[in-house]
Amino acid sequence: MTFLNFLISGISLGSIYAIIALGYTMVYGIAKMLNFAHGDVIMVGAYICFFAISRFSLPPLVGILLAMLLCTVLGIVVERLAYKPLRSAPSLAVLITAIGVSYFLQNAALLLWSSSPKVFPNFFTVTQSPAPDGTAEQTVRTGIELFGGQLKISFVTIVTIATCIIIMLALTWFTGRTKMGKAMRACSEDKGAAQLMGINVDATISMTFAIGSGLAAIAGVLLCSAYPTLVPTTGSMPGIKAFTAAVFGGIGSIPGALLGGLLLGLIEILAKAYISTQLSDAVVFAVLIVVLLVKPAGLLGKQVREKV
Amino acid sequence: MKKKLISLMLAFAMALSLAACGSDSGSTSAPADSGDTADKSATDAAVFKLGGTGPLTGGAAIYGTAAKNGAQIAVDEINASDSTIKFELKYEDDTHDAEKAVNAYNALKDWGMQISLGSVTSKPCEATSAETYADRIFALTPSASSTATTEGKDNMFQMCFMDPNQGSASAQYIADKALGTKIAIIWKNDDVYSKGIHDTFVEKAAELNLAVVSDTTFADGNDTDFSVQLADAQTNGADLVFLPMYYQPASLIFAQANSMGYAPTWFGVDGMDGILTMEGFDSSLAEGVMLLTPFNADATDEKTAAFVAEYQNRFGEVPNQFAADAYDCVYAYKQALEAAGATPDMSAEELCDLMIEQFTSMTFDGLTGAGMTWDASGAVSKSPKGMVIENGGYVGLD
Repeated sequence: MTFLNFLISGISLGSIYAIIALGYTMVYGIAKMLNFAHGDVIMVGAYICFFAISRFSLPPLVGILLAMLLCTVLGIVVERLAYKPLRSAPSLAVLITAIGVSYFLQNAALLLWSSSPKVFPNFFTVTQSPAPDGTAEQTVRTGIELFGGQLKISFVTIVTIATCIIIMLALTWFTGRTKMGKAMRACSEDKGAAQLMGINVDATISMTFAIGSGLAAIAGVLLCSAYPTLVPTTGSMPGIKAFTAAVFGGIGSIPGALLGGLLLGLIEILAKAYISTQLSDAVVFAVLIVVLLVKPAGLLGKQVREKV
Repeated sequence: MKKKLISLMLAFAMALSLAACGSDSGSTSAPADSGDTADKSATDAAVFKLGGTGPLTGGAAIYGTAAKNGAQIAVDEINASDSTIKFELKYEDDTHDAEKAVNAYNALKDWGMQISLGSVTSKPCEATSAETYADRIFALTPSASSTATTEGKDNMFQMCFMDPNQGSASAQYIADKALGTKIAIIWKNDDVYSKGIHDTFVEKAAELNLAVVSDTTFADGNDTDFSVQLADAQTNGADLVFLPMYYQPASLIFAQANSMGYAPTWFGVDGMDGILTMEGFDSSLAEGVMLLTPFNADATDEKTAAFVAEYQNRFGEVPNQFAADAYDCVYAYKQALEAAGATPDMSAEELCDLMIEQFTSMTFDGLTGAGMTWDASGAVSKSPKGMVIENGGYVGLD
C-alpha cells in the first residue's frame, strides 16, 4: 500500500511536470527556441489567479480564465519585444534573451507582489453537507479515498492528469488538422519556404507563444493548487524540471512531454523513497543521461538527419 | 521627413546633455553643502552611527524588516530619553544575498558607521563579518546564527543562539518535557542553518537516549513534495517531527501531513517564526506546533508588554523574535557604551576595542533573556523559551 501511495505521489508530481513540459515542447517544436521564461509565465499566471480569488473574491473559474487571458497577452508582448527582433539572430542570442526575460519577470514580480510567500487557496474540494440528524459535521474533502482511507488521491491530481490529456489531444488535433496548425508545422520545418508559400511566419510564431503562455497559466494554477506556496521564484525550478521532462520525452513531441513528465515525477519520488532523499535529483539526472545515450532524441523524439 | 526626425533627435540629445551638465554642476557644489551639514551634526547632536544590513526585500524580508523595526523602536526610545548616548540608525537592504550584503555594508561604511548590527541572516552575515573584522568595526548581529559568522573574529558577537546550541537545546527540551519518544527529522541539506541544527540535534539526541527513527532531507530543487519524507516518518511510527528549517517549506509539510491524516507533535526552531503571518495560510494547520525561541510576545513582564504594544501600534503586527533580538542589540550597545564611557567622536577602531572589552565582561538583561553573557568567541549564553501555537497565536509553554 505504501508503494501505491508513492506511485500516486509520483503521478501527481509528474502530471504537474507534464503540463509545464507541454508548453515548453510546443514552443520548441514550432519556434525552435527554448523559452526559459516559460516557468516565470507560470508564476505570473498563478499570482493573477491568486489575486483574483483571494483579493477580489472572484469565482475560481473566472480567476483561471483571467489568468489565461493575461498570460496570453504577456506571452505575445514578450515575444514582440524580446524575441521578434532576434528572429534572424543565432539561436544562442535568443536563448540568452529568454534567460534575461526570465529574470526580468521574477524581479518584476518581486517588486509588484513582494517576496513574502502567499498560500494559494485549494479550490478543488467537495463540501459535504452536514447530515440532517447531526451525526456528521460538514466536511471539506480534498480527494477521494480508497481501501478504507489507506490510499488517497487528491482532486488536484485527477484534474491535472485529465487536463494534461485534454491539452495533449487538443494540441495534437490543432497542429495536425487545423490550418493554423499546419502553418505552424510548416514554419517549424522551414521558415523561408513557409514564407514563400504565403504563410505569415511572424503571426504564426506569435500565435505559438500565445498558446504556450495560455497553457502556462493553467499549469501555474494547477502547480500552486498542488503545492500551495507562491513566491516570485515558484516557477523557476519546476520550469527547469519540466524542461528536463520535455527533453526526456523527446523535445518537440507532444505525447513525449506527457510521458517524460510522468516518468520524471515517478522516478523522483521512487528514488526518494527507495534510494535516498539526498540523492533523488542525482538519480533523476543519471536516468536522463542513460536515456539520452541510448535514444539521443528522447523517448518519443524524432531522429532528424541533417542533410549536408 | 527623415532629416527632420534626425534633427529632432539631435536637438533632444543636446537638451539631454545640457541637462546632464546642469546636474554635474549641481554635484560639484554638493561637497560644500555636505561639509556644512557635517559641521552642524557634530555641534548640535553627537550621535553614534549604528548600521546594519538585512533582507528588506526578497524571500527572507520578513526577518529583515522585523529586525529593522525592532532596532528602530529601541533607537527612538533611547533618543527620546535623557540618556547621554544617542544613536542614528541606518539599515541597508541585502536581499539575503552575500554579495549584496557586502555592497550594502560598504554603503554603510561610506555613511560613517561606527558600530554595526552585522547582518540579519546567516549567509550574508558570514560575508559582512569578514569585512567588519578586517575594518575593525565592532558588530553585534541580532539573528545570524551560524558558527561561521563568529568563528575566528574577535569583534563579532551574536544576540541569538548559535545554530549548534539551538539543536542541542531543542533535544534537551524534548527530553526534559518528554514530548516524544520516537523522533523524525526533516531537514534541508543544502542550507548551513538547517544542517548545523540537525547535526547537533542528532548528537545530543543520542546522548539523551531519544530515538531518531527517521532522518530525511530535501534541497532547493525539490522542496515542494514531502510525501515521501512524511510517509517515512509515519511508517516508522514517529510521534514527534523535528523541523529545523524556515517556515515556507514547513507550511507545505503541515498541509501535506494534514491531507495524509498524519498528526505528530511538530517541533520547530526560530526559522518557524513568521509562519502565522503568511498571507492565506490556514493557521489551523500549525495548531500545536512547538518551537524554541528566546522571545515570547505573550510574556506579561512590563518590558515585553511595552515593546509589543509599541510594535503593534507602529507596524500593525505582533513582533517576532527577530524584532526583539534587534531591540536587545541596541540596548546592549547602550549599556556597553555607557559603561565604557565612550563618546561619539571616537573612531570605529577605538570603539571596537572598548566594545570587545565590555561585551566579554558585562551581563545584560533584555527581552530575549535575563542575565545574558558573552564569551570571547562572541556566542551568547541565555536560556530559550518553549512556545506553542494555539488558536493562531503564540503561547508560552513554561
